[in-house]
Amino acid sequence: MAINFGFAISKPRAIDIDRNNLRKSDEILREMPELQTCIGCGACTASCTAGQFTDFNFRRMHTLVRRGEYQGIYEEMNKCMLCGKCRLVCPRGINTRGVVMLIKRKLGDF
Amino acid sequence: MKRVVVIGGGVAGMQTALRLSEQGVQPVIIEKEAELGGKLRGWHVLFPSFTPADEVLGELKQRVRQAGVEVMLSTEVGEFSSNEVKLTDGRRMACDSVVVSTGFTLFDARIKEEYGYGIYDNVYTTVDIERMFNEGRVAKADGTAPKRIAFLHCVGSRDEKVGQKHCSRVCCITGVKQAMEMKKRFPEADVFNFYMDIRMFGPGYEEMYREAQVRYNIHFVRGRISEAAPTIDGRLQIKAEDTLTGRPLHMSVDMLVLIVGMRANDDNAALAASAGLNLAPSGFLEPKNLFLDNVKSNVEGIFYAGTVSSPKNIGESLNEAVAAADAAAKYVEE
Amino acid sequence: MRGNNWKDYQKQIADDRFYYGRSCIRQNFFPGSEKAFINILQRDLGKDLFDDPKHSSCTGIGYHADVVPLETTMTVVARQFSLMNEAGYENFTTSCITSFGIYTEMLATWKEFPETLERTRENLYKATGREFEVPKCMSHTSDVVFHFRDQIAAKAKHRLINAATGEPLRVVEHIGCHYAKIFPKAGVGGSEFPYVLAGMVESWGGECVDYPERRHCCGFGFRNYLVQANRGYSIANSQKKLESMAPYKPDFIVANCPGCSMFLDKWQYTIAEMEGTTYGQNGHGIPVLTYEEMAGLVLGYDPWELGMQMHQVDVEPLLDKMGIDYDPSAKYLGRNGRYIGKPQSAVVNAGKTVYDIRE
Repeated sequence: MAINFGFAISKPRAIDIDRNNLRKSDEILREMPELQTCIGCGACTASCTAGQFTDFNFRRMHTLVRRGEYQGIYEEMNKCMLCGKCRLVCPRGINTRGVVMLIKRKLGDF
Repeated sequence: MKRVVVIGGGVAGMQTALRLSEQGVQPVIIEKEAELGGKLRGWHVLFPSFTPADEVLGELKQRVRQAGVEVMLSTEVGEFSSNEVKLTDGRRMACDSVVVSTGFTLFDARIKEEYGYGIYDNVYTTVDIERMFNEGRVAKADGTAPKRIAFLHCVGSRDEKVGQKHCSRVCCITGVKQAMEMKKRFPEADVFNFYMDIRMFGPGYEEMYREAQVRYNIHFVRGRISEAAPTIDGRLQIKAEDTLTGRPLHMSVDMLVLIVGMRANDDNAALAASAGLNLAPSGFLEPKNLFLDNVKSNVEGIFYAGTVSSPKNIGESLNEAVAAADAAAKYVEE
Repeated sequence: MRGNNWKDYQKQIADDRFYYGRSCIRQNFFPGSEKAFINILQRDLGKDLFDDPKHSSCTGIGYHADVVPLETTMTVVARQFSLMNEAGYENFTTSCITSFGIYTEMLATWKEFPETLERTRENLYKATGREFEVPKCMSHTSDVVFHFRDQIAAKAKHRLINAATGEPLRVVEHIGCHYAKIFPKAGVGGSEFPYVLAGMVESWGGECVDYPERRHCCGFGFRNYLVQANRGYSIANSQKKLESMAPYKPDFIVANCPGCSMFLDKWQYTIAEMEGTTYGQNGHGIPVLTYEEMAGLVLGYDPWELGMQMHQVDVEPLLDKMGIDYDPSAKYLGRNGRYIGKPQSAVVNAGKTVYDIRE
């Protein structure tokens, strides 16, 4: 019987690349290699309709996917309204709306 | 005929001497190593075109030979002024002007103790990797092929802790170039580049960076590695923050490549003291001004070419050498 | 420890005549260690060490928990130095890493900002009528033991080797953060490759384990541990270290900080209770020693005289491994021979206390 010490051991919050499986992310990147060219400027998030009123952050979400962190991403991507403004502002010309759809398709299981 | 001493026989020094010959001035290259070429010797291929370094260096040496430039190898300068150079062996050489093209010193990666260079196996610098490319054998210390490789940008650059506040400029593109070469050699390997900023200032550099991202699937993580430590299976554990997701990130890698920067040449202080030259706070020699007199020193008749005054790439060093030679030629004519 | 980087960081450590500053935590949790230090210096090495009953806490825990202001800490530190001057000593050595960090920080502050030194002189004089001079040499007691490691090795009764196989013991050395992470030059070997404990281990026949989380903090912190709600990440840091070192099968951990020694030992019990995980061999925890205990065992001190019955993780498996002769039935007998009570068995000790004097 475990003793209650009045606190719980914190779980690690570091991204552990050794533990994460990057192959799913590779699959996504093979279909849309342009996603790799993201330079983290944040114009997508700045212009995001959903991001103004929810904590949805497209830049952060797709970066997490590229690091093999898939948990909860599908639900996050559902917050996107597919308005397409982010695609207009991306300086790298990434089909951001396409990325949202692709990630949802690939990560439906997660 | 007027005589100009060129101190240092790297690419900048050789180009300076060639241009001086063209201008009808007699150059003498004083090189402390036994061979011309400076830091370019031992480099494999050049960014962004993957041109073999030997091709550039070989051609330049050939031109120097054809022009009949006097070259003094294994010779070191002790003190100098614009009209006399004293060698460390006691000889004195009269001249009409001096061009200083002594280049830079590579940052010693051992100073960044937290990365364990020289202590742990499989921690390399970009210079080591270039040498391995030249030797045609790139592998882990145990001879096996790496499955995961991390490059760390800005080792000894933009780092006040080690007294190197400046950006060394060429290392960003060097890191991208080497990452691509590694991926070519080891297509199955995952390659990660950890950076603070990626500074792609030259022609074709940004395009190369993009190619590294899209075609080579190289992972760029914005965050500086904080430490490397050995794992039980002879690999390295590295820690960084993935700043774009706001979370700490760690992984084990087979090879860690430290992208080392350019420091001011170790000889600068002594040279500057002997000739009364101004040193910039960074330790590089300071040009008279950054615009209309950027190859002139603060002393009449002494000129700068190449990385002795700030970090530069090969093309810039070659161009600056022409400008410095022209300025020196004009000076000796007057 | 590989490489010779540590040689770039050398500090001055006095050869004799030490004024001893004790540690609040250690007097309570490892009283035998401080006593052992005094005995080793005075008896085994024939040094002059003054253990002054007049000195006080350095205020470190209060300082780092934001309840003691900087000026107060400076004045308290000044008083310790004044006591040292009064006793006729110039070399201060403190048993606590937090104190060592405090003293080093105050000395550096006074040097960098001389006006703070003047203000401290004034405050101390107003409060106590005392004056003071800064020590000639400031060291942590682990520096002093490191300094005399070869003399200790020459007198060794036991070495850090497995008596049965002759193999060197595998030792995890853990350095308190405030030893060299604040002022790398104040520590032997600097902050990345500290050599103060590794030097002892190597001199006495052991082998250091360089594991991935070697430099990681034990997680103690100050307010972080003091507030119950924050203990979750305090313990998680110790757990991170334990998980990282476990595959190397270390024979014991040695630390030079009161907090680290305490938490690396006692958190093993807590983790075992909460998650059922132990990190040593055969379901045991990994014994955690102070460097004085390690030196004491090497010099042939009785483990119970060293106070090793105070540990949460039983040290008997280590003693057996080193071939040390000890009396199991004396474990819970106090200095006057009276039974001092025995803790309940704990999961880190393989679910039962192996040596029960009442059995």
